[in-house]
Amino acid sequence: MSFDVERVRSEFPILATEMRGRPLTYLDSAASAQKPHVVIDAMSDFYRAHYANIHRGVYQLSAEATEQYEAVRTRVAHFIGARDSREIIFVRNATEAINLVARTWGEENIGEGDEIVLTVMEHHANIVPWQMLASRRGATIRVAEIDDTGVLDLEHLKSLLGPRTKLLAFTHVSNALGTINPVTELVSHARERGIVTLVDGAQAVPHQPVDVAALGCDFYVFSGHKVFGPTGAGVLHGRLERLEAMPPFLGGGDMIESVSFEGTTFAPVPQKFEAGTPDIASVIGFGAAIDYLDGIGMDEIAAYEHGLLSYATERLQKVPGLRIVGTAKEKAAVISFVLEEVHPHDIGTVLDGEGIALRAGHHCAQPLMKRMGVPATARASFTFYNTSDEIDRLVDALIKTTELFS
Amino acid sequence: MDDLRELYQETILGHNKKPRNFRVMEDASHEADGHNPLCGDEFTLYARVDTDGVLEDVTFRGSGCAISKASASLMTEHVKGKRLCEVHADFDRFHELVTSPPGEEPKLDGLGKLAVFAGVREYPMRVKCATLAWHALRAALEEGGKTAKTE
Repeated sequence: MSFDVERVRSEFPILATEMRGRPLTYLDSAASAQKPHVVIDAMSDFYRAHYANIHRGVYQLSAEATEQYEAVRTRVAHFIGARDSREIIFVRNATEAINLVARTWGEENIGEGDEIVLTVMEHHANIVPWQMLASRRGATIRVAEIDDTGVLDLEHLKSLLGPRTKLLAFTHVSNALGTINPVTELVSHARERGIVTLVDGAQAVPHQPVDVAALGCDFYVFSGHKVFGPTGAGVLHGRLERLEAMPPFLGGGDMIESVSFEGTTFAPVPQKFEAGTPDIASVIGFGAAIDYLDGIGMDEIAAYEHGLLSYATERLQKVPGLRIVGTAKEKAAVISFVLEEVHPHDIGTVLDGEGIALRAGHHCAQPLMKRMGVPATARASFTFYNTSDEIDRLVDALIKTTELFS
Repeated sequence: MDDLRELYQETILGHNKKPRNFRVMEDASHEADGHNPLCGDEFTLYARVDTDGVLEDVTFRGSGCAISKASASLMTEHVKGKRLCEVHADFDRFHELVTSPPGEEPKLDGLGKLAVFAGVREYPMRVKCATLAWHALRAALEEGGKTAKTE
């Protein structure tokens, strides 16, 4: 494999640290990814030498800060294949992006008796905002089923799309199971019926090339902190005509054209959706993360991670009493599992003692856990800075875990 | 693994595998659910208190991690037959044990076998697991039964 993982690892300072006296084995990038030094340096440099508020000052420093901030918008647009940088709205995270759509597009377009179709594998972030909207507007949520391997039941989903369906919102990649959904097929099926689509890309963008224009969805959301950027910067991508037709989200400075007590007019997209001073430094750091990923290449990343997934799946399957939850053919590098007789929380604690960080719990996907018949799982998620050695360490620690509890 | 043995002592592992008083009580005078939404632990605590204010019997059912299950099991053994005021004092002592700073010598007076939970102090994320059954018991006894949550 030409992919130089040791070089990559050397670019992430935290990977050289220890946890509980052991070298850190970080297998929780699906929760939040670690940051390369270029991201940390970009933010630090911005605060040290270039910081000022944006879209305001007439002085040079503010103009430069604005230029840097807006340059990230253009880079993000390019990174995810958006047709126009105005289609990129900066928010805090994917959760805020979904809430923005629910509070703006949703309030204007969802009415009494309308239906919103979701899937049972959604993260709570793509459930709760719609439930809140549905209860405000008197609409109904309908839920598409999955099979026992964690694959979406496409026929069932399509059967739910009826004359009252206004929105289909679903995840690109399941955070808890790793299942990759057929976005293009589902979006085109929905669009033919005039149904608006929102795709939760939080687990897809870090792992594979994404082209929103090709996917064809109306809205695509993701978080910067899962894409090796800082916390506090996320993206709502929306089709320009959709965004232009939507009312604003938060009101305040920066999102207006002119304000008087007789009436206020709003700024054009994207400013219309970015009220107040945003997390400027995080957006700058996020830009550095995207440059970093571009430098490696998302195709190379996807190929390397696929190798890790295959190796980890093969090795984990041989751990006595271990059952992988979510065995779709099309999967991102996420493995949820349970151990006979050992609660996921205890797995998490034993592994912590071995310096291994992984997630144990319901992964903010309680309906999915219920569907899979487990109260919780342990989840190892891999990314391009993980190695096969780390997978071996995980397997050894799991064998120790089963021995401890036997 | 040595640190982990401090947490997962034989007593805890044993009670996890074979929890004591692990049954529904049909004639309970008090009952409450304990729920830890973080990890999905769910227990129901049953208690029968006699007219003199003595905890005649206490049992539990449900599912959870080793720490929460063993804690519930050991708690039932510890408090059975005690007066309610003593049970409340035990709650406070146990709570202090698992939340005291790990560097300090733990206060083990009156805790008996419950002393095995001193290891939880090294794992602040697991304190809620260790105290779940205790919260449920207190909810059952004080408020006549409702869901106790650790969040």
